[in-house]
Parts: sequence; structure tokens; C-alpha cells
Amino acid sequence: MVNQSQWKKPLPTITGETRKFWDAARKGHLMIQHCEPCGYQWYPRGFCSGCWSKEIDYVEAKGTGKVWTYTITYQNRTPGFNEEVPYVLALVELDEGVKLFTNIINCDPKSVTIGMDVKVTFVQATNQIHVPMFEPL
Amino acid sequence: MTDLRKSAAIVGAYEHPVRYAPDKSETLIMAESIIGALADAGLEKKDVDAIFSAGGLSGYNLVDYLNMQPKYADFTTVGGASFEFHLSHAVTAIAAGRINCAVIVYASTPRVTGTLVGTGGFARNGSTLSDPVPGSFEDLYGKTTVGLYAMIARRHMHQYGTTSEQLAEVAVAMRKHAGLNPNALFRDPITVEDVLASRVISDPLHLNDCCIISDGGGAVVVASPEVARSCKTKPAWVLGMAEAIAHQGAGKRDLINIAAAQTGAPAMEMAGVKHKDLDMAMIYDSFTITVVETLEDLGFCKKGEGGDFVSGGRIELGGELPLNPDGGGLSSNHPGMRGMFLLIEATRQLRGDFAGTPRQVENCNLVLAHGTGGALGDRHSGGTIILGGD
Repeated sequence: MVNQSQWKKPLPTITGETRKFWDAARKGHLMIQHCEPCGYQWYPRGFCSGCWSKEIDYVEAKGTGKVWTYTITYQNRTPGFNEEVPYVLALVELDEGVKLFTNIINCDPKSVTIGMDVKVTFVQATNQIHVPMFEPL
Repeated sequence: MTDLRKSAAIVGAYEHPVRYAPDKSETLIMAESIIGALADAGLEKKDVDAIFSAGGLSGYNLVDYLNMQPKYADFTTVGGASFEFHLSHAVTAIAAGRINCAVIVYASTPRVTGTLVGTGGFARNGSTLSDPVPGSFEDLYGKTTVGLYAMIARRHMHQYGTTSEQLAEVAVAMRKHAGLNPNALFRDPITVEDVLASRVISDPLHLNDCCIISDGGGAVVVASPEVARSCKTKPAWVLGMAEAIAHQGAGKRDLINIAAAQTGAPAMEMAGVKHKDLDMAMIYDSFTITVVETLEDLGFCKKGEGGDFVSGGRIELGGELPLNPDGGGLSSNHPGMRGMFLLIEATRQLRGDFAGTPRQVENCNLVLAHGTGGALGDRHSGGTIILGGD
């Protein structure tokens, strides 16, 4: 677990639009939004971007998916990341069918492949913020 | 739609020769570029009634600095494709009779300021911290511009068997062209082996798969047919144009297809031209994968066959489809938003400015330019322009 005073990376801003997501993340749940006619959407926002209806619900995702693509980052001068290279930046396609940006952690970066099965894990950044990342299933 | 073909032409073009500018402000490089482009056209300050630049809010600072009174101003900022968007908008404004003569201008000095263009993490591009993206759901994970292109390169390799050697062919061709351009920043030839031996920035992209970082700027003058006839240059007529934004699509879009897939066909249809009619193309080469993806999605080859298409000299001068005879962003210059230089080189090739030298594309009468801004992995703009000779 990362000591919060060591967290140098950017942090999300919690707003009314995203509070439910981060509240659930703190309890270890990955929430995604669902609209009855349009299906799932990622990333969270205060309406359905498919039909522009304001009726949109959060549902808990299974938390599993596959690596859609990734890169092993060897150079990023931004504080917090500069110290962690090489790290894996990835797009994971959840079982629900939406792709999200994440890091693949708890494995050798060179062992990551496209199509690899992964599951969500939460990394504590602060008392308020637990960041969803993914690890090999 | 109204037929906008030949409603306007690029009548002046100037690429600032500077590649390192410790003694010049960005606005001075812009002013010098405008002066150069107007002199090229044989026009003066009083002839200009519109300005286009990619500075967003700083647009009015630029107008103040230039001490001009434009009756039409457009500071559309969509990264590297901004200038293809500007040209498209300028043509529309000219066709509507709003304006007669516009300058489109750009300058940036990331080299002298030490800006980490591709690997410094992310500028917010106008978004506030309270916007969910990119701040709250993307920036947490260490996106870089190189990384976002590398992810698409990795996926392309997975789906289509594209190789690092094929990507390297693009860098090798651009360097060969840069050797013909005395202003190019990097001019010494490189090989596929050199590209593969350069350090990996974000796997699978090597240093030499990435555009260079230079200072620079340029301008073009766009005019109505009436003004064009009074100019001392041969006009480069705008025959076709299209613009698009490609994005995440609520997490459901297939990111292997880029904005060019939305702009190539309409621009070519508007111009009434087919791929085989084109004498060359200016393709935004932020990274080697950008060229491969753009050529595929513009329809020069089937999806997945871009790696093969760029190999074996096809995209070199003398090849089937010469790309970026100036050496491109991979070798000549890349101050951050390179779309301006696509328009300048396309215009100069159509006019035959390099006649008698190896840089000139023989019998060049029809050019496609495609700008890309932003990143293929998350969000980007794409603008296609078809230009024809007089």
C-alpha cells in the first residue's frame, strides 16, 4: 500500500458528477454507468452521452476484462511517473464492453500481452482516493 | 452542398527557416512568417482582412501585436490539424463573401523553452480540473503523447502483424527527404537498423519513430479567385476539404480507426478525385505509426496493409506516392502543431518551386494533405485538404 504522503501523481477531482464512483472505489467497487437504451458508458459523467438523457445509473462492473492494448512507458518526466518507469499504461476492455485507461500492476511489465485477462485492484492514493488499476487474473 | 471547389486558393506560403530561436518571440516568428507569405504572394498588410491561428485565447494578443483590424478571426485550436481546419473555414468564409484574403499563421518554440512535448505528461488542453476527462480518469495513469501513439502501434502490430521494421521505413524515408532540404534539422541518412537501435521511449516506439522537437513557424495566404489573379504566384486551389474529431465514443469506439477514416472520402469526393490521381501527399508524421494509420484510413491501401505500403521506397521521392518531400516532422521540423507545414510544402510543390532539384515531385498537379492533432490513443482531430495546381 502506498503511503499517501508519497503520492506524487495527479489526483482526480471529486465533483457531484463523479462522487458516487469514488465513494464506491474507496470500498473496493468499480462502478460504471448504464443507460437502458444505450448500454454502458465510460467514463462517468452526469448524463448519457449516447442519447443525452439525464437518466443514467451506476452499476457495479464485474471488475474483470482483457488488455485491449498497452505500452511499456520508459520515459515520462512528470513527477510520480518519472520514478516509476518502466510502467505499463493500458486500455483494458471490461467484460461489459467499455475500454478504460489504467495501469497494469503487480507483474513484470514485459509479461503483459494484448488479450491478457486482468482484474481490478484498488491502490490507495489518499484517504479519499483509491485508484482503480488492473493486475493479471 | 454548394460546390466550393476553386472558391479560394493559397497564393502565398512561407516556412520560417528557424529551427532554434533563442532571440525571437513566438509572435515575432509569426509576424515574420506573415510578412514572408505576403511578399511571396505580392500582397501587403492592407490586403488582409482575416486572421486564423491556433492560439485559442491568445489570439487577441496576436492581433494586438500585429496591430491589425481583421473583420474575421478564427483561433480554432485542435492540435496539429488546426491549420487544415483553418483553411477549410477560410475557404468557406471567402466563398460566402465575408472576406477576400486571409492569413493562417503559426509559430512555437518548444526547443528553446525545453518543453517536453511528447514525454512530459499532459497539458490539459483547456479542460478544467473539474472535467472528468482527462483529469480524473486518465491523467492518473501516466499518459504521454508518445505512449498514446505507442498503444495504437502495439494494437496495430497485434491485429495486422505490422512490424517495427515497417514503421522504421517511414523514418528512413523522411530522413532521406530531409537530406534534400537545407533547413531540415536532421539531414544525415539513417537506416532501419538505426531506428531499431535507437532507445525505446514507449514500447514499441523508438526515439527515431518519434517526431523531432524544433522551434519554427510559417504562414499561408488564402485568397478569393479575384485576389489570386492579381498575385505574382501561381495559385494552389483548394478542391476538397473535410474535418473530424475522433474520440473514445463512451469507451466503445474501435480506436484502431482514426479521424482520417471520416475525412478522406468526403474530401476526395468533394474534389472529384481518386487516389490514383494524386501526385503526392503531405501526411502528418508525428510518429511513424501515424503515417501508417493515416494512409490506411484515407484509403491508399486496405486496413492493416499500411506497413507493407510504406516499405520498399513507395513513399519516397520517385516512388508511387511521395510523402513529405520536406523531410516531415520526423526530420525537418516539429514545433508542436505541424499541420501548417503540410500546406506550405504542398503549395510549393504544386507551384514547382523546387523544379530542377531532386526535392521536386515531377508534374505535381494534385496533392492531398492530412493533418492530425492530439493523440490516436485518446482523442484527436483530423483534417484533409485536396489542393490542385493552376
